[in-house]
Amino acid sequence: MTDFVIETDRLRKEFGSKVAVADLTLRVRAGEVFGFLGPNGAGKTTSMKMLLGLVHPTSGQGMVLGRPVGDLAARREIGFLPEHFRFHDWMTGREFLVFHGQLHGIERRELNTRIDELLDRVDLADAAGRKLHEYSKGMQQRIGLAQALLNRPRLIFLDEPTSGLDPIGRILVRDIVLKLREDGVTVFFNSHILTDIEAICDRVVFLKRGRVIQESRLAERDRIELELKLGAIDDGLMEVLATYGSVMERNGTTLRLEIPDESCIPDITRRLVERNVPVYRVAAVKRSLEAEFIDVMGEDERAG
Amino acid sequence: MNGILTIARLTIREARQRKILLLSMMLGAVFLALFAWGFHSISTATRANGVQAAQVRFQWNVITLVGLYAVNFLVTATAVLLPIDTLSGEIASGVMHTLLTKPMRRFEVVVGKWLGNACILTFYLAGMAGGVLAIARFEAAYTPPNILAGLGLLWLESLVLLTLSIAGGTQLTTLANGILVFGLYGIAFIGGWMEQIGTTFGSSTARNLGIAASLLVPIEAMWQYAATLMQPAFLRETRLSPFAYASSPSPFMIWWAVGHIAVVFLFAVVRFEKRDM
Repeated sequence: MTDFVIETDRLRKEFGSKVAVADLTLRVRAGEVFGFLGPNGAGKTTSMKMLLGLVHPTSGQGMVLGRPVGDLAARREIGFLPEHFRFHDWMTGREFLVFHGQLHGIERRELNTRIDELLDRVDLADAAGRKLHEYSKGMQQRIGLAQALLNRPRLIFLDEPTSGLDPIGRILVRDIVLKLREDGVTVFFNSHILTDIEAICDRVVFLKRGRVIQESRLAERDRIELELKLGAIDDGLMEVLATYGSVMERNGTTLRLEIPDESCIPDITRRLVERNVPVYRVAAVKRSLEAEFIDVMGEDERAG
Repeated sequence: MNGILTIARLTIREARQRKILLLSMMLGAVFLALFAWGFHSISTATRANGVQAAQVRFQWNVITLVGLYAVNFLVTATAVLLPIDTLSGEIASGVMHTLLTKPMRRFEVVVGKWLGNACILTFYLAGMAGGVLAIARFEAAYTPPNILAGLGLLWLESLVLLTLSIAGGTQLTTLANGILVFGLYGIAFIGGWMEQIGTTFGSSTARNLGIAASLLVPIEAMWQYAATLMQPAFLRETRLSPFAYASSPSPFMIWWAVGHIAVVFLFAVVRFEKRDM
C-alpha cells in the first residue's frame, strides 16, 4: 500500500484561456502536516478545490487516499475548512454540527458525543446554543474547524484557517493541528501566515503561477545566516570564509555568510582570531521562511 | 438518500427560520379573509335580490374561480421566488463548498432542494386553495366540479416553475435567474392570451405562437386546463365566464408538462454535476 495520501501528476486547470494551475505534481505522505505556499493568484485554492473534487481538472491525474480526486468514498475520510468559511447562519452552533454530521451519515448518539467533544476542543461549549450570526469571526473559524473534524478524518484540508483570528485563536488552531499530527492525521495546510506554517508544518511546497517550483522540509532547514563585523577583510580571509559557506553580502567590513549549521561558528571565530582580525560582532540568525519565500518566488513576483 | 432527505429537511427548516413560511401564511390569511368578506357580501346581495338558483350556481363558480386564479398567481410567484437563490446563493457565498465535500453526490443536493421546495409549495397551495374552497362551501354550500383534477394541474404548474428556477440557479446568478424565470413566465402568460385571441378572431398565426409559448413553458396552459375542468359544461360552452376559454388545452399538455419537468430537472442535475465550484 502506498505511503502517500495525495499523489498528483500534472494536474492542470484552465478557465477559458486563463491557466489557473499549470502543473500540479506533488506527493503528500500520511501523517505529515503539509504546507502549501504561494503568492495570491498562484493557484493554491484552485489546486485544493481540484483535490477535493469541487473543481474538475482540465487534464492530469490525481489520487487522494488511494482514490481518484473527488471520489465519494474518499470524502468520507476527508475534512475541509474553506477560506472565507460561510454557512447557514440561522442555525445555532450545535444545530450546524448536527446538520453536517448527518451529511456524513453519523448515527445520532455517536454524533452528539462527538459534537460535545469537538465543542470543548474548539472552546465553544458555552456558545453552542447561540445562533451562528452572533458568532465573532474567530468563533466562526473555530466552529468551521469543528465541522471539518466531525467524521474523524484521515486527511484534513485547511484553507487559511488562522486568518482573522486573534493570537489566542491562532494558538488554539495551531495546537489542534499539532494534536491532529500526533493522532496520525494528515493536514494539508494553506496559509499566508508564514509563522504558522513554520510552527506546525513538516514540509512545504512553493507554488508559483500554477506550478510547484520548490519543496522544503522544514525540520531539516538548519541553514543559518552568520553576520560578521570585522576590523579588516582581505582576499585571503575571504578564501578562508568561503570554505565554511557562501558569502551572501559584503558591505565594507561587514559580511553575511550562509553556513550549513551552528557547529562551524566556533571554528570560524578561532580562524579569525588566529589571523589577528579584529572581531566586533558575530551574530547567527536562522533563516526565516519569509526570507526563503522571497528568494524562491524571485524578484519578478509582485504582490497579488 | 440520506443526503437528499437531509438537504430537503434543511430547505424546509430554512424557509421556516427565515420567516418565509410565516409571512406566506400571514399574507395568505389576509387574502382569504378578504375573499371571505367579498364572497359573503355577494352572497348576501344575491339572496336579497332573489336571483334564480341556476344563475346563482354559475355566479358561485365564477367567484370561486376568481379566488383560485388569485391563488394560482400567488403560488406561481412563490414557485419562482422561493428557490431563486437556493443554489446560486449558496454557490456564490461558498456555503456549497462545505456541502459538496461531504460524502454525497451532487445530484442529491439538487434533488433535496427540489423536494424541500416542492413540499413547501404543496403545503402552500393546499392551504390557500383549500381556504378558497372552504369559504365557498361554508358561504354557499358550493364546490366546483373536478376539483381534485383542477388542483392537481395547478400543482403541476407550480412544479414546472420550481424546476425552472432550480435549473437556472445551477448556472446563473440569483438576479439573472430571477429575470430569466420571470421572463419565461411572462412569455407563457402572453402566449396563453395570444392563443385565446387568435382562436377567437381566427388568426392561426397568433394561435400557433400561443401554442409554441405554451410548449416552451407549459404553465398558462395548466391554469386554462384546470379552469376548464372546474366549470360546469354550460358555462364553458356559452362562454359566459371570463374563465371559459375559446381554445381549451389538450390533455396531451399534462404529459408535456411532466416531460418538461423531467427534462429541465435532468438538465439541472447534469449542469450542477459538471459545474466548477
